Amino acid sequence: MGKKSIHRSLQAAYPNWFYLPGVLTFVVFFIIPTVSAFYFSLTRWTLFEATFIGFENYVAFLSDPMLSIGLKNSLIYAFLTSATKTILALPLAVLLTSEILRFKGFYRSVVFFPVLVSTIAVGITFSILMQPNKGVINVALRALHLPHFDWLGDPRLALYSVIFVDVWKGIGIATVIYMAGILAIPQDYFDATKLDGGFWIRFRHVIIPLVRNSTFTIILLSFMGGLRTFDIVWAMTGGGPGFASDILTSVIYKQYQAGFYGLSTAGNVILFVLVTVLVLPLRTFFSSREIEL
Amino acid sequence: MKPKKCSLATLAVNILVFVVLTIIFIVPFIYILLMASKSSKEAALLAFSLPAKNLFIRNLMDVIAYGNFRMFRALINSTVLTVASVALIVVFGSLFAFVAQRKNDRVASLAMGLLLIGLMIPPAVVPTVFWLQKLKIYKTMFGMVMIDVALFMSFATMIFRTSMAGIPRDLDEASFIDGATPLRIFFSVILPLLRPAIVTVVVTSSVNIFNDFVGPLYFLPGAKNITAPLTLYSFISQFSTQWNLLFANVVVISIIPLIIFIFFQNQLVSGMMGGAIKG
Amino acid sequence: MAKKVLVLLVIVLLPLAIFAAGQAEVKKAGPITLTYLVASGSDQIQARAAADGFMARNPDIRIELELRPGGGDGDNIVKTRLATKEMTDFFYYNAGSLLQALNPNETLVDLANEPFMDVIDDAFKTTVAQGNSVFGTPNQTAMGGGILYNKRVYERLGLSIPKTWAEFAANNEKIKRAGITPVIATYGDTWTSQLFVLADYYNVQAQIPDFADRYTANQIKYASTPAALKGFEYLKEGYDKGWYQSGFATAKYDQGLEMLAKGEGAHYPMLSMALANIDANWPETVEDIGFFAQPGEDASKNGATIWMLSANYIPKTTTGEKLEAVKRFLAYTVSPEGISDMNKAVPPAGPYLIKGAKLPDDVLPAVQDIARYIDAGNSAPALEFVSPVKGPRLEQFCVAVGTGQMSPLEAAANYDRDVTNQSKQLGLPGW
Repeated sequence: MGKKSIHRSLQAAYPNWFYLPGVLTFVVFFIIPTVSAFYFSLTRWTLFEATFIGFENYVAFLSDPMLSIGLKNSLIYAFLTSATKTILALPLAVLLTSEILRFKGFYRSVVFFPVLVSTIAVGITFSILMQPNKGVINVALRALHLPHFDWLGDPRLALYSVIFVDVWKGIGIATVIYMAGILAIPQDYFDATKLDGGFWIRFRHVIIPLVRNSTFTIILLSFMGGLRTFDIVWAMTGGGPGFASDILTSVIYKQYQAGFYGLSTAGNVILFVLVTVLVLPLRTFFSSREIEL
Repeated sequence: MKPKKCSLATLAVNILVFVVLTIIFIVPFIYILLMASKSSKEAALLAFSLPAKNLFIRNLMDVIAYGNFRMFRALINSTVLTVASVALIVVFGSLFAFVAQRKNDRVASLAMGLLLIGLMIPPAVVPTVFWLQKLKIYKTMFGMVMIDVALFMSFATMIFRTSMAGIPRDLDEASFIDGATPLRIFFSVILPLLRPAIVTVVVTSSVNIFNDFVGPLYFLPGAKNITAPLTLYSFISQFSTQWNLLFANVVVISIIPLIIFIFFQNQLVSGMMGGAIKG
Repeated sequence: MAKKVLVLLVIVLLPLAIFAAGQAEVKKAGPITLTYLVASGSDQIQARAAADGFMARNPDIRIELELRPGGGDGDNIVKTRLATKEMTDFFYYNAGSLLQALNPNETLVDLANEPFMDVIDDAFKTTVAQGNSVFGTPNQTAMGGGILYNKRVYERLGLSIPKTWAEFAANNEKIKRAGITPVIATYGDTWTSQLFVLADYYNVQAQIPDFADRYTANQIKYASTPAALKGFEYLKEGYDKGWYQSGFATAKYDQGLEMLAKGEGAHYPMLSMALANIDANWPETVEDIGFFAQPGEDASKNGATIWMLSANYIPKTTTGEKLEAVKRFLAYTVSPEGISDMNKAVPPAGPYLIKGAKLPDDVLPAVQDIARYIDAGNSAPALEFVSPVKGPRLEQFCVAVGTGQMSPLEAAANYDRDVTNQSKQLGLPGW
């Protein structure tokens, strides 16, 4: 009797109503809109009245090449930003934790600072740096007799120019996560390889396998972030020229502004599904391969 | 430890890193400052050059005074939004994480699972506008605060939960047996020990909420509701060619994140690494 | 337990307090302040002149301009703000199909019975009406949509005004050889891309007189009508032949005007409201700018496409003393005093549609050019003023064609689909 009652009364130290403020806010302001999105995406909707039209919005979204281009571009965007960040951040993190480099604290701040600046500000700054005629980037390339481009005006390039700026702004997070991973590797592993190998052996056989958890985190975070991006595209190209750099979120915004609320919401649901279908398996796959140090 | 070598190779690596990182990461910021110091004619040339005459202060003043000191309104709105949201995120999130981590039963995993959805799925835009209208809090600061609490709470709760695991259960059990109420335990035992996690949550969410562009764009329209990042956006659509003032605007809205950065750099970095912690 | 209640209270009250703080607005005494939403650029210059003139005569009312972007982005802002009841006290916006897309019977105040409506030309009223209701009053003048050109470039190269597209193309080749940009394009402001298509409407209706009615009734399409497709083909021709300046895909409206004013570019397909901008920023050059109608296939059927005046509208959310104050402003803008005040500040860009108002004698050369088309009977209103149907993404399709990403036929077909979506959303009959 005694033990059980102590246990029961200890449970009373953690009352369930502590969940209440958080759950209530979350349900009202996130879950309800999300669930109702599934219904509204099946309607022609003016915000005042919704007429049920079945899957017409989805058909319109997926059959109109100018809407579905957003789907394709979002996938390219998420894939390339997460891949590039992962690939570039590891050597950068190795460098910023290495013994031979001076002023590491300074460099860490320098790489990290863009993370904190408003994305809109970064987007505008780069759209001016990337101006075709007078922009600093092309002026510099011309001075060096290198090929130069209309970074944001050329429809074939615009999306990739935005991806470059996204990587520039976000690589600080990936680098910091990798640095944490590298610093967590026990010194023994390095000592073991010190005798029979140079830097490359250590990089290939110690660092890469042992920062695997960091790699998974970075890929997941930046992939999800890439699918959800909006502001940098909006600030730099507005999805243009034409539709060349439209991504799902910019299409959703344009349909919203044009007053096609049902169509916009259908795009939103497509985005939910896309995130769930891609990220959940990735997550499960990664957590099955995590390592303990 | 081996003695520090100062070989030629080391020096070369150091110089190379300096040059590359400076060009890539510092030059754009220098450019912002240069442009913000020019006259509008000079800035129109878009060149990376020193201004003929330094008009930095005057441009800043012009930007701040523009449109009946709209910038003040924006900074005040952004600050109110940030402070209120972050306060609620900390209170709601830590209460949640406290119970969820300690009980660790079916209800807890269900509740955490619910919050996890928020980490993954982006918000449903138009339905959110619709429900805000139904609740009569569309385009109000209150509505925007609650949206931000809902959107940023998941991440904060994860961090609190991980941090809770490091606080020995004996502490709260002991004070419970001593007769303390759950709230008393929470506020006088748990919260002080959660301090590092709180700092992390406060710093990371305030930067994210202060810089948030999409939320206010959708849910807080209207001139009197303008927030810091939106000043810039309305600026480009109105003065496409006054680059000097545009960049001065960039400088003004970057000051607060810069201050946060200077004072809380370490917490920020550890907060970003918190993303590495699995829920 | 008491503490628990207290904390619960705080948790509940904190949001409420924030809520209340947001709601509490200090009521100010003194003059009535009205907010006025206008597009930045030319509209802004016009609206500023009207507001300043009015305030000088009515010290008890203050008007604050709120600016929005132009083009599709701006259209959408107006739509969204009306739909969400977040509109300013009054606003300045296009007549015609863009007005129809605002669902004016639901959202705007009917002005049909106001005394100041009597002086307004009926031709204008039809463009701001739905059923028996009339919703807007004109701000200044109608505009021509066509080609603004630099006369000095024409003189120097000995060119003459083209009457057909072939002549226009030949002029462009000569201009290009002289090292000047033949056609200015500014796709950084996407709305400017539509002129080749929209200003071609005179030519479309010259070939198919009932185009507008059949278009409204969903019986004729851009993609399947060669005459209507021409506008898209012109955009493509400009791209293929390299008529546009370097960097045109991201260039802005203001940059385009500067090029035209300084003679760095010879032609700018544009609305004549741009003259107000040129007059404000490069006043010494505004006399060098002329206007000609967008040439078509047939020299004998050459004429100008006319944009009706944009108008001032009042949303239904404006009531009480503010509504009265706005009405006073509207009455002022169509009164002789108002028109003469505004003419002093901004040169008129086309003919008036107000009974008794006459263009001053020293009107700009480009405006005289437009007036000549109208006086000779060679003008027609743009499609958007004779049909309520217009799709929101035309400008993006135009940019896609003008940057070589899409064929004219593909763009026209996509635009037809866009129009269908819009008509369904508006619930128009026959779609």
